[in-house]
Amino acid sequence: MAVLIEASDLEKRFGEILAVDGISLEVKRGEVLGFLGPNGAGKSTTMKMLTGFLEPDAGSARIAGIDVSDEPKRAKRQLGYLPEGAPCYGDMTARGFLTFIAEIRGFDRDEAKRRVAAAVEKTQLSSVLEQKIETLSKGFKRRVAIAQAILHDPQVLIMDEPTDGLDPNQKHQVRRLIADMSADKAIIVSTHILEEVEAVCSRAVIINRGRIVADGTAEDLMRRLPYHNTIAMHVPAGRAEAVTKALTEFAAIARVETVGTANGRVRLRASPHAGAPIPSELAALIRSRLIEAEEVHVERGNLDEVFRQITTSDAGTSHA
Amino acid sequence: MHEFVRNTSIIARREFVAYFSTPLATVFLIIFIALTGAFAFYVGGFFERGQADLAPFFQYHPWLYLLLVPAVAMRLWAEERKSGTIELLMTLPISPWEAILGKFLAAWAFIGVALLLTLPMWITVNVLGSPDNGVILAGYVGSFLMAGAFLAVGSCISALTKNQVIAFIVAATLCFLLVMSGLELVLNVLRAWAPGFLVSAVSSMSFLSHFDRIAKGVLDVSSLVFYLSLIAFALFANRIFVELKKAD
Repeated sequence: MAVLIEASDLEKRFGEILAVDGISLEVKRGEVLGFLGPNGAGKSTTMKMLTGFLEPDAGSARIAGIDVSDEPKRAKRQLGYLPEGAPCYGDMTARGFLTFIAEIRGFDRDEAKRRVAAAVEKTQLSSVLEQKIETLSKGFKRRVAIAQAILHDPQVLIMDEPTDGLDPNQKHQVRRLIADMSADKAIIVSTHILEEVEAVCSRAVIINRGRIVADGTAEDLMRRLPYHNTIAMHVPAGRAEAVTKALTEFAAIARVETVGTANGRVRLRASPHAGAPIPSELAALIRSRLIEAEEVHVERGNLDEVFRQITTSDAGTSHA
Repeated sequence: MHEFVRNTSIIARREFVAYFSTPLATVFLIIFIALTGAFAFYVGGFFERGQADLAPFFQYHPWLYLLLVPAVAMRLWAEERKSGTIELLMTLPISPWEAILGKFLAAWAFIGVALLLTLPMWITVNVLGSPDNGVILAGYVGSFLMAGAFLAVGSCISALTKNQVIAFIVAATLCFLLVMSGLELVLNVLRAWAPGFLVSAVSSMSFLSHFDRIAKGVLDVSSLVFYLSLIAFALFANRIFVELKKAD
């Protein structure tokens, strides 16, 4: 598969602050890369260098094999970009704005019309086409900006927080749109909503303080989680001790903790040894109610915790 | 080259239409026409002079431009930066020069429209007498060039700030200095301490002295070169400021 986005040792300094400190990554055709990190980690700055908005202080960025600094116009033609905050010209109508973008992208009048119509259909904007963008709701504004980015059907799509500020339905729509386009494009999506990574990304990179601290699939990242694959259950307060004892007898269970007590029930968490699957005997026992538990579930862990763990620990510089 | 013209004109068209999508265009045009008329008739004594020319009309253009042109220029880059659209604009497949020139030409064309709307003045003076229309044409050309120079300065300042009010005030002040530098009042202060070449350098930078000559019908090369090189210089600075400040 062709590598369409390539960053090597990108560096950017703003005054005293090293915003991006040597980021290298590759995104191939067909991949959707989730770009994660706390605010100020350097996500947006990295994207700005990839798209040619900012000149890197060191390192280089290539879009579809074209160096962004050497041939900015050619590289930008291969690229659709949704900047942070989805800026659009508010005094234009959605149609006027998209037509402007189509013209500047070099399409003639008929082709521009066709492209605008196609992008409008994909982003479901037809009801607001003749309205000024500044009068639109946040969700529509964002979709106008997304339409702008995908209008020329670029090989490379870079989107800075594409679902920020959208309601759940709109989020779902945008994610589906991204998933639908992903087969023949290389896409980078930055977000701090981790469910988004699970929903659309084939790979995730976490950056913190300008460096990549984790790079892998969403599952890879989850495996690093302390509570991944643990069994959580609620048991009546009187039975807690007995159940704990019963669980501890399993060789597969590393430890059992009491997490909390509420409404006369105790919440227990049993962790299997690293990576081990939950033994089927245990499942059978629970089902047969020999271990008396109300509400049992296996925790997958969630990316939020990996995220917190990786980005708050000082030693969080190991690569996955 | 073809692509340069195409991209520049697409940017310019968008920008030009943008003026008319807000009340700014209407307000500006009305005030411009009202003020040029008022100055010519009441302050310049258009009728009392009993001469068939537009000198009292052109005479006050530098002072009007001083306030009105920075108002046209202030939004050019400050608004792009404030709303973040500069990031969109600069990641489109266009060069910075296409964007800068497109914006500048749009604003210049807008002022051109304002000037065209003063043509009733020209018609009036032709009805009332038989003026030297060559001088009047030179006046219009000179006025348009001078507006372009004010505008380039304004555009350049607009790239330095996200705040349109600051862009306006700084640009108006700079334009004021450029106009004033030809006045005896200013030159006398300079003469007291500055070497002669500096005094003549400052006086030759004056919008007023160049414009006066053009308004009298003398469209000489030095004045053309003055305005055009000032525009070129300001736009060049504009390019640097956009580059420096775009990410702030």
